[in-house]
Amino acid sequence: MPFVNWLKRRLVVIAGLLTLAYLLLPNVIVTVFSFNKPKGRFNYEWQQFSTDAWKDPCGVADMCGSLSISLQIAVWATVGATLLGTMISFALVRYRFRARGAVNSLIFLPMAMPEVVMAASLLTLFLNMGAQLGFYTILIAHIMFCLSFVVTAVKARVMSMDPRLEEAARDLYAGPLQTFLRVTLPIAAPGIAAGALLSFALSFDDFIITNFNAGSTVTFPMFVWGSAQRGTPVQINVIGTAMFLAAVLLVLASMVITNRRNKQKA
Amino acid sequence: MSTLTEAPPPLAPAEPEQKPARKRGRFTPYWLLLPGILWLVVFFALPMIYQASTSVQQGSLEQGYKVTWHFATYWHALTEYWPQFLRSVFYAAAATLLCLVLGYPLAYLIAFRAGRWKNLIMILVIAPFFTSFLIRTLAWKTILADNGPVVHTLNSLHVLDLTDWLGWTAGDRVLATPLAVVCGLTYNFLPFMILPLYTSLERIDGRLHEAAGDLYAKPWTTFRKVTFPLSMPGVVSGTLLTFIPAAGDYVNAELLGSTDTRMIGNVIQTQFLRILDYPTAAALSFILMAAILAMVTLYIRRSGTEDLV
Repeated sequence: MPFVNWLKRRLVVIAGLLTLAYLLLPNVIVTVFSFNKPKGRFNYEWQQFSTDAWKDPCGVADMCGSLSISLQIAVWATVGATLLGTMISFALVRYRFRARGAVNSLIFLPMAMPEVVMAASLLTLFLNMGAQLGFYTILIAHIMFCLSFVVTAVKARVMSMDPRLEEAARDLYAGPLQTFLRVTLPIAAPGIAAGALLSFALSFDDFIITNFNAGSTVTFPMFVWGSAQRGTPVQINVIGTAMFLAAVLLVLASMVITNRRNKQKA
Repeated sequence: MSTLTEAPPPLAPAEPEQKPARKRGRFTPYWLLLPGILWLVVFFALPMIYQASTSVQQGSLEQGYKVTWHFATYWHALTEYWPQFLRSVFYAAAATLLCLVLGYPLAYLIAFRAGRWKNLIMILVIAPFFTSFLIRTLAWKTILADNGPVVHTLNSLHVLDLTDWLGWTAGDRVLATPLAVVCGLTYNFLPFMILPLYTSLERIDGRLHEAAGDLYAKPWTTFRKVTFPLSMPGVVSGTLLTFIPAAGDYVNAELLGSTDTRMIGNVIQTQFLRILDYPTAAALSFILMAAILAMVTLYIRRSGTEDLV
């Protein structure tokens, strides 16, 4: 039975590809339905092909405004979390100090906590302090939950770094700042970049914590959530598709560049 | 975590040229830690304390709240909302199991069988992250639509009769049923299972498979006795990264479910943002946190991978 044998040998591959299809199916639907011309308020059923939404992506009231708020928050949250997180990772890997266990748990716990718990407790803090909910409370929350992920990403990279490289720099009369800027930082850069990228994605896409602490500020995910109740404009799909394509192209471009560089070095 | 118990380095005089560096270095870690740790203490740890305090307060929005150690709120929260708690655990467990079953072959494929397609598949696993998960979850409304091809196929294969009998679906629908919610949860958290699985599978030395084959192990035996045990760290962290967010999620239950599929996250959200009953909401959230921490601790102990933390 050659066919059965062929199937047996490729069972893992077939199952894996089916899972991949399951993961990508919604993206396909999002893309296809960005060309839809729905009849009612909701864009769940296919009616007819149209490029109206692509021609006028900001044609829906408030959507592009919410997109810009989300982008601003994501950028600042990324900057804040990456800076604070990188500092913590260097302290954890390079130095010994008291209360290391407590620091480690404080960094691990936010990742092991359901979002809704963090969201609700942060809201009780803000309510008790009488803080005005809005842009800054969202930003504070985003930096808080992105921090742990940055620490994890940067720590892994710094830990695998050969400390002799820095010693060598010092032996060659590089000052501490020079050593840090020209040796340590370039080596740690991929870890820092990974942490920053993760922060950006997490912050931009966050809904649960934002929903609790946003007040009347509307981020893009909150706009999508609201539209699920009121009616989903096709433009949402346009934004979703554009983001997916941008991400894939960005990653592919960076891969091509690293490949070329490696070839040049070889 | 052996560094935990180690004493700080002695300040004994070392070689002269290292002395200044050490002196300056004594407080450096604290300065490096200070801003980030302060942030986490004020905006993560302190809120937990506020929440605990809110849960034992009584009062109203107009007159303000006072701490009265009113523990009856917890009793009330548990007796009133135990079905939602149970449902959350059950849905999250089902989604985690599905993620493991679906994610393992893909992680295995990327680690051992993908060849030159490895990077491309990796990108395709991560790329959906960059489209808002709410938009992607809404796409499931289209996929599982009542007159769509998926429901039609399941119906004609009489699969829906079976799931109907099990109580997972109702009538000829998939949307607004437990099956849709679990399907959405599985979809949303699948990458969190695949990535740690892949990381631990990739570390396995391929020669171990050959060795197992040389010793006449069939592929399935090799998997059971060699590959799977070695991938345990990935299985443990993957299941945790899936179960924890799934148990607290309310997005899938709201978008793909009905009032009969409400999870504990939905209750907390409604109590906090719509009913404005802060003590009950805080108590519910506190119970959820305690339950998850207890389950996670127990699970990590039992699976014997404490170095995960």
